[in-house]
Amino acid sequence: MASGEMIVKGGFIIDPTRKIDGDVGDVAIKDGKIVDKVSSSAKVIDAKGKIVMAGAVDVHSHVAGPKVNAGRLMRPEDKFISGVFRSGMAQKNGYRMESGFSIPSVFKTGYDYARMGYTFVMEAAMPPLLAPHTHEEIHDTPIIDEAALPVFANNWFVMEYLRKGEVENTASYIAWLLKATKGYGVKLVNPGGTAAWAWGLNCLSLNDPVPYFEITPAEIIKGLIEANEYLGLPHSVHLHQNNLGNPGNYPDTIAALKIAEGFKARNKFGREQVMHSTHLQFHSYGGEGWKDFCSKAKEVMDYVNKQKNITIDLGCVTLDETTTMTADGPFEHHLHSLNHLKWTNVDVEMETAAGIVPYIYDKNVTPNAVQWATGLELALFAKDMNRTFITTDHPNAGPFTRYPRVIKWLMSKKAREATIATMKNSDKMIGLTNIHTMDRELTLFEIAQMTRSGPAKCLGLGNVYGGLAPGMNADVGIFDLNYKNLPSDAEKIETAFQRAACFIKGGEVIVRDGEVVSHGHKKTVWVKVKMPENPQVTRDVSQAFTQGTYTVDIRNYPVREYLAPHQSVIDVNVEA
Amino acid sequence: MATVTLKPTKVPELMFEGYSITPDAFAGKTAPQIADLPGHEGKFVLKLGDFFEVSGNGGETAADTDIVITGDCTRVKYIGARMTAGTVTVNGNADMYVGGWMKGGKIHIKGNMDSFCGIQMEGGELLCDGDAKNHVGCAYRGDWRGMKGGTIRIKGSAGNDIGTAMLGGTIIIEKNAFIHVSTHAEGGTVIIKGDVEGRVGGQMVKGEMYVLGKIKFMMPGYQKVGTVEKEVDGATYTFDHYIGDLGERHGKSKGQIVYANLYLKAAA
Repeated sequence: MASGEMIVKGGFIIDPTRKIDGDVGDVAIKDGKIVDKVSSSAKVIDAKGKIVMAGAVDVHSHVAGPKVNAGRLMRPEDKFISGVFRSGMAQKNGYRMESGFSIPSVFKTGYDYARMGYTFVMEAAMPPLLAPHTHEEIHDTPIIDEAALPVFANNWFVMEYLRKGEVENTASYIAWLLKATKGYGVKLVNPGGTAAWAWGLNCLSLNDPVPYFEITPAEIIKGLIEANEYLGLPHSVHLHQNNLGNPGNYPDTIAALKIAEGFKARNKFGREQVMHSTHLQFHSYGGEGWKDFCSKAKEVMDYVNKQKNITIDLGCVTLDETTTMTADGPFEHHLHSLNHLKWTNVDVEMETAAGIVPYIYDKNVTPNAVQWATGLELALFAKDMNRTFITTDHPNAGPFTRYPRVIKWLMSKKAREATIATMKNSDKMIGLTNIHTMDRELTLFEIAQMTRSGPAKCLGLGNVYGGLAPGMNADVGIFDLNYKNLPSDAEKIETAFQRAACFIKGGEVIVRDGEVVSHGHKKTVWVKVKMPENPQVTRDVSQAFTQGTYTVDIRNYPVREYLAPHQSVIDVNVEA
Repeated sequence: MATVTLKPTKVPELMFEGYSITPDAFAGKTAPQIADLPGHEGKFVLKLGDFFEVSGNGGETAADTDIVITGDCTRVKYIGARMTAGTVTVNGNADMYVGGWMKGGKIHIKGNMDSFCGIQMEGGELLCDGDAKNHVGCAYRGDWRGMKGGTIRIKGSAGNDIGTAMLGGTIIIEKNAFIHVSTHAEGGTVIIKGDVEGRVGGQMVKGEMYVLGKIKFMMPGYQKVGTVEKEVDGATYTFDHYIGDLGERHGKSKGQIVYANLYLKAAA
């Protein structure tokens, strides 16, 4: 954290947390925090004629951990096709080489997020057993603050406890695991389905029983919401739903969202939702097969709009060659059988699984074009942008470096139509989607809600990230866009968000004129729950290690301190 | 037609990455401008003029430009890589990646070549009078999109991994090859006039292979279906016809499963 004073002067400020929309003003910074005012000796950063926003927050991205690394090993060609082999910056300034496109190196990940003005990124799926590696990689990613969500929905302890309806035991186990893995919250990936994959099966509907455990996905989701609210964690359950990617899956999606009905957020962090449903694009399809595969974004968003205790992120398809990777093991096998490209499959003992397959989203292939439209439609149908966040489920629907392109499409109908015009089967796509008839163009204020205030609040981090109010972290992005006179050429919106004119994090200038000038001071954020000891859970956990269910000793299981040297710990106290 | 002659003047301490040595880069440039073109040696960016004496100007277009290197390039990589037209002749050996990703034109290496020649080539002609090392006309590491077109002819022998993930084009090895021929291929033709150690056509989906010598170890996924007469590179022989790889997925055409074909010259 940099000491000293700084003032960002004369920019168009866009800060949804204070309902400021384009007012010209200053942002004062002292000792790494935003303050009311600074002395006249403060360093001046000129933002005249440019927009000023808080550092952005990514609610869901796969940027660290074993599956990301396996993806890098599996796809050397990803580096070859698009990497910056010999970064001029690296040579001139002594920074590290950047490589990779859909699965960039840790250095490129940190640098590219910073260039786009991002300050916080949530690693969306951490296999608990492999948390030490995940934290090593997080630590090696420069600049950005990060946290990781351990996966729970196919965990044997969780399924055993919830089958018996033991929410308190589940909560105690979650508390123990978050501490052991330095995790942030409760991630659910294909609840029950990934566990079923160990039997070569899947749970496509919410009522398919998980083999052996005799519990259903619906029961797992409901039980984990209850446990999450019992603990009062900063973030809600973070749900990757069942039946991902299949034609006609939207009724299952709405059925899963309905599980949140009746629950109320219980926490001290300003979070209002009890369920975050991630990469909703992959779950909003109609049709019976690939021929009539169509968008049901409207139907899904009609439900989301009226159900206030749900947040979503988009998972926009960006029409790139990318690498899909998920703890949804059966889905990756399904995808491999569709495109015949190389496939990695991993089983993680009692906890989860993972799969990786490269994928090319081709704008001339109608289902891919429909997916592209569906992701954007979710945002265009959304009524509350503070509950709707921009993601590409990096790298599954596209790399995070395409966020500026997604913003361009959302802000400009002309840009959307220009992309549609390049599609070979544009007429067919238009018939299967709503996008061509939608005139809505999002505003910069709405984009700031979707990338700053919204995700920060959803993660329970709204007091430090996502806004420019005094007391918050001095994370400020300046982008070369004139609020009063936005460019008629939408490409310039993309360029402006791709490379921030200036990005300040923790009161330190990290990016100037789109280029990284400092490695900054990154932090690893995790949630430590203090609660009375639960003897049964302690016994169950220790037995799993001593009776050989796990292949490792319990002493080697937790993430050791040296693997996460720059921690920022959020304390949660649960009364007995 | 304009001819640019490069005379090697210095042996690089590391390998010199001569990615600028293409008719496309030389076209429209004078000899001093050509000498000024960049190339890496390790992490340092140097110039062609640091290693070659350049004489003659480039033609107006790549197609009008012939490049002749009058000496040994054992330590020069990427000669003719990504070229689209014109010719490159090397009166000596060349290092890795000769003609990689080339789309057109002609390359003639009069000595031997190192590995990765013609990698992911799309068109044109690559001729080598000597031997090539490994990965002739293969895909980039990890990539499933190998050579798409053009012709590679090696008058000597080649090493392993020939035509990996090949989709089209022709590779001719006039002497022997080691292991891994057309692995994962989904098209294209590989002709080996000498002997092969083994692993011919592993996981091959589609495409043709001809072996005029012997295969020491045959893949178990190939099945003999008959004996046929076929013309190969201007001469006709009798071949044992095998289909495979039976352990791999195969497409259908007109209701018939399309296998990869291996033609092994029948014993006389």
